[in-house]
Amino acid sequence: MTLALNIFSVLAIVAGAIFFLAGTVGLLRFPDALTRLHALTKADNLGLGLVVLGLLPRVDWPLGALKLVVVWLLVLVAAATVSQLIARVAQRTGPAS
Amino acid sequence: MADFLLAAATFVLAMVALGLVRILRGPTLADRVMAAQLLGSGGIATLLLIAAATDMPAAVDVALALALLAAFASAAFVNGIAGRDDPAATDRG
Amino acid sequence: MTVLWAFDAILAATVLAVAAWTIVARDTFAAVVGFVAYGLLLALVWVRLAAPDVAMTEAAIGGGVTGVLLLGAAARLRGMAPPPADERPGAALRLGAGVLCTAIAAALAATMFLLPDPAPTLAPEAAANLPATGVGNPITGVLMAYRALDTLLEKVVLVLALIGVWSLAPDPLWGGIPWPQHRVRADDALVFLARLLPPVGIVIGVYLLWAGADEPGGAFQGGALLAAMWLLAMMAGVAAAPAVSSRRLRLALVAGPAVFLAIGLAGWALADAFLAYPEAWAKPLIIVIEVALLLSIAVTLGLLVAGPPERSPPR
Repeated sequence: MTLALNIFSVLAIVAGAIFFLAGTVGLLRFPDALTRLHALTKADNLGLGLVVLGLLPRVDWPLGALKLVVVWLLVLVAAATVSQLIARVAQRTGPAS
Repeated sequence: MADFLLAAATFVLAMVALGLVRILRGPTLADRVMAAQLLGSGGIATLLLIAAATDMPAAVDVALALALLAAFASAAFVNGIAGRDDPAATDRG
Repeated sequence: MTVLWAFDAILAATVLAVAAWTIVARDTFAAVVGFVAYGLLLALVWVRLAAPDVAMTEAAIGGGVTGVLLLGAAARLRGMAPPPADERPGAALRLGAGVLCTAIAAALAATMFLLPDPAPTLAPEAAANLPATGVGNPITGVLMAYRALDTLLEKVVLVLALIGVWSLAPDPLWGGIPWPQHRVRADDALVFLARLLPPVGIVIGVYLLWAGADEPGGAFQGGALLAAMWLLAMMAGVAAAPAVSSRRLRLALVAGPAVFLAIGLAGWALADAFLAYPEAWAKPLIIVIEVALLLSIAVTLGLLVAGPPERSPPR
């Protein structure tokens, strides 16, 4: 049982790390601000979400798990809203700033 | 297992460090704010992994505070930019 | 443990790189973004140094409150003309400043290598006497029991700093409303954020206060988080900045130091000395003080960032 949980953790965290990699590469390589924002949100939502999922079997239930999920939900909502704000700024200020 | 978690934390930290290059290069202000946002999320992921790897549950509380504050900081930046460029919404001085 | 070493190395290098960039950045706004990023990275450093309490405070103050403070300062300076050429520092002054900074940095670095090993410490005595204070977190024990006088004076200093900030207002505006009148557009996203985060933030802030008795946390961390949430609400226009002459506001400001002082004075009567707690009552008294401090710190930090009054108070 523990072995299966460990394998699950490893897989989820590796997947999360891959999304962080994708997000960072996108942030560095995409051509303009709005596309970079799109890449960034992948790291925020899926990267962190998969890491949290992978860590869930390792914390004590229920308070530890609840805290992890709350962290992820907070980041999810906050990042989504902030992305809207950043997009508005990016659209308004344009490429030359 | 702890070693794997630490390695994952190191990897995410390296990603964050790379993303900070975007703060340096810009070119627009939105890019810099985005890099700060990545720092927030990446920092939270790193903290969660460190909490599990080094058995420090308090780091999850730090991550909780960081989640709120990263959003707050990004909102403050956007507000600062908005006040800067929009001639109608100027602040005094 | 080479993975740990790699982690620390990357963290240290990143912190130094961000710090260096913040100093050389030309645009003030970009430098503030760099400074906030530096604060968030420092929180990671503190966690690696096994100091989660300091990490929380660094994240809250460095990442939140100070960032907005600097942004406000940058905004106020934007409209001003640059200083005339003869008021700018000359080359000799800059060289002198550079030499002085290098000397201080070198002295600090040398001190790091000359530290005695093992370091003299009171940690064992502090840990041994912790059960008598009733709290489980040694940081809280030091702040609220062993060195309660320092904490009391710090809170008074905060209030004095706020009075200093208020005194920057022109005479006719004394007692007015701080916070520049941002003509906030009906920015749905920002208003949504300001409506969503503060309730969550309040719960987490109170949780940090409560957990601070036995785990890392405490009144200052919780208060700084609450201040950040209040500032978010004020930024979005969801909460109105209060007039600084408001009685309730001033009551909230002094509640923390006043309660602290009152309990300290009562210590003369009930225990042996000023700020001594009677044996069985230590923990409840500490909790009462911390709750009052939470309110005061939150309001004080929020008002410190809001700045001096800029609009006359409503009649």
